[in-house]
Amino acid sequence: MSENNYLELTVGAVLVYNFVLSRFLGICPFIGVSKKIKTALGMAGALVFVMTLSSFITAVIYHYVLRAQTMFGVAVNLGFLQILLFIVVIASLVQIVEVMLQKLSPGLYRALGIYLPLITTNCAVLGVASLNAKAARGIWPSTVFGFFSGLGVALALILFSSIRERLELSAIPRPFQGLSIALVTAGILAMAFVGFSGLC
Amino acid sequence: MTTFLAAVAVTALIALVLGVVIGVAARIFRVKSDARVELVIELLPGANCGGCGFAGCADFAKALVEGKTTPSRCAVSSQGTVAAIASALGVSAGDGFRQTAVVLCGGDRNQIHNNALYNGVADCVSAALIGGGFKGCEYGCLGMGSCARACPFGAIEIVNNLAIVHAELCVGCGKCVATCPRKLIRLVPAGSKVHVYCSSPRKGAEKRKVCDAGCIGCRKCQKLAPEVFEVAGTLAHVKYDHDHPADPALVEQVGCPTDALLTAEQHLKIEHETPEGRQKK
Repeated sequence: MSENNYLELTVGAVLVYNFVLSRFLGICPFIGVSKKIKTALGMAGALVFVMTLSSFITAVIYHYVLRAQTMFGVAVNLGFLQILLFIVVIASLVQIVEVMLQKLSPGLYRALGIYLPLITTNCAVLGVASLNAKAARGIWPSTVFGFFSGLGVALALILFSSIRERLELSAIPRPFQGLSIALVTAGILAMAFVGFSGLC
Repeated sequence: MTTFLAAVAVTALIALVLGVVIGVAARIFRVKSDARVELVIELLPGANCGGCGFAGCADFAKALVEGKTTPSRCAVSSQGTVAAIASALGVSAGDGFRQTAVVLCGGDRNQIHNNALYNGVADCVSAALIGGGFKGCEYGCLGMGSCARACPFGAIEIVNNLAIVHAELCVGCGKCVATCPRKLIRLVPAGSKVHVYCSSPRKGAEKRKVCDAGCIGCRKCQKLAPEVFEVAGTLAHVKYDHDHPADPALVEQVGCPTDALLTAEQHLKIEHETPEGRQKK
């Protein structure tokens, strides 16, 4: 992955390497809050927001702490702190943003409110940070990748919840009702996204 | 050793900075919230049914504290909960009485003749849109379960294409009333046990053609107990009275010829009987 391959960072993140349907990250909100489009939209908004923000902040941490050759005048290699620092930083960042939103934008807070703390340590959020670190992306490409990965999750969530709202009204054989038809649907949806492979 | 020390130092430093920032942010961006709102939210049932007319329990609690409404508006709370909220806020409970929903149709698959086969979207609103619905009676319950899906308490069950309300689960929030495309669901005082399970204003003979359980307007009930029953045109209703609910024994005494007049318990049992079983002896 070249650092400046923006096609891969944008279209690739949304369609080809979709976080939910190709990488199988963030399955929990994908199944959990996809029963209604309204809740799916709230969760999608929160995910785009948190994934963009955490990509930026973890890229900063990665470049200035984890990759630093020297610290306090001694030679160090702190790469092994990656997961620990990422989780701590993402969780506290979301906490700060939540506190600020509550005061500055009560409307947005009500829309994202309950979803924000739910996903602070979601695997999709940590996954985007780890993928950025693994590819050693710069701060700006990381942020772009985070934003578009979030959009990819949002797309999957909204598509899936729309299908589930339809399923609610169709005559489904009894053994398939509920979660089983949802999982079958998710599989078929993922197969559809495989069709994008090779695009970039 | 240097790596170890550096790791501890870096982690501690980042944690310290984040902690301080969160602390400062919480101080700067503190939202003044009324402690009483939290208290009332604790006391409320948390069903978020919207039966009070507000968007969920938190909104209702806010309105309560601001004095815009009264605790008894909550249909889900028991008398004790309402009293507890009223005393916690130092306001009067307000007048209100418990209600329960009733589906005023007794025509399940065995009683009403269908005039079409419907294979569309399994939803009453969609079914009612196509040619006035597939049931022979255009005032009959379609039995696709729109009300059952709307009920936050699972109090409505669909049996043999007929919605029935389990009164012990119903809290009277009224969500189902809004969903029924045929307006068959009514909120009635919670104590009432006797209902006329028919909503069709058509003539008796027309109803008999399509349904075995429709009210034919024979006035038998009105003659026996005019203070309880009233027949308007060809449809009888119960005059619901919160303080003096009709005596369930009246159903037996009246002996409705079509069994449109039933107690709530009998309505629940319709599905267990065959068409023959429901015929008059």
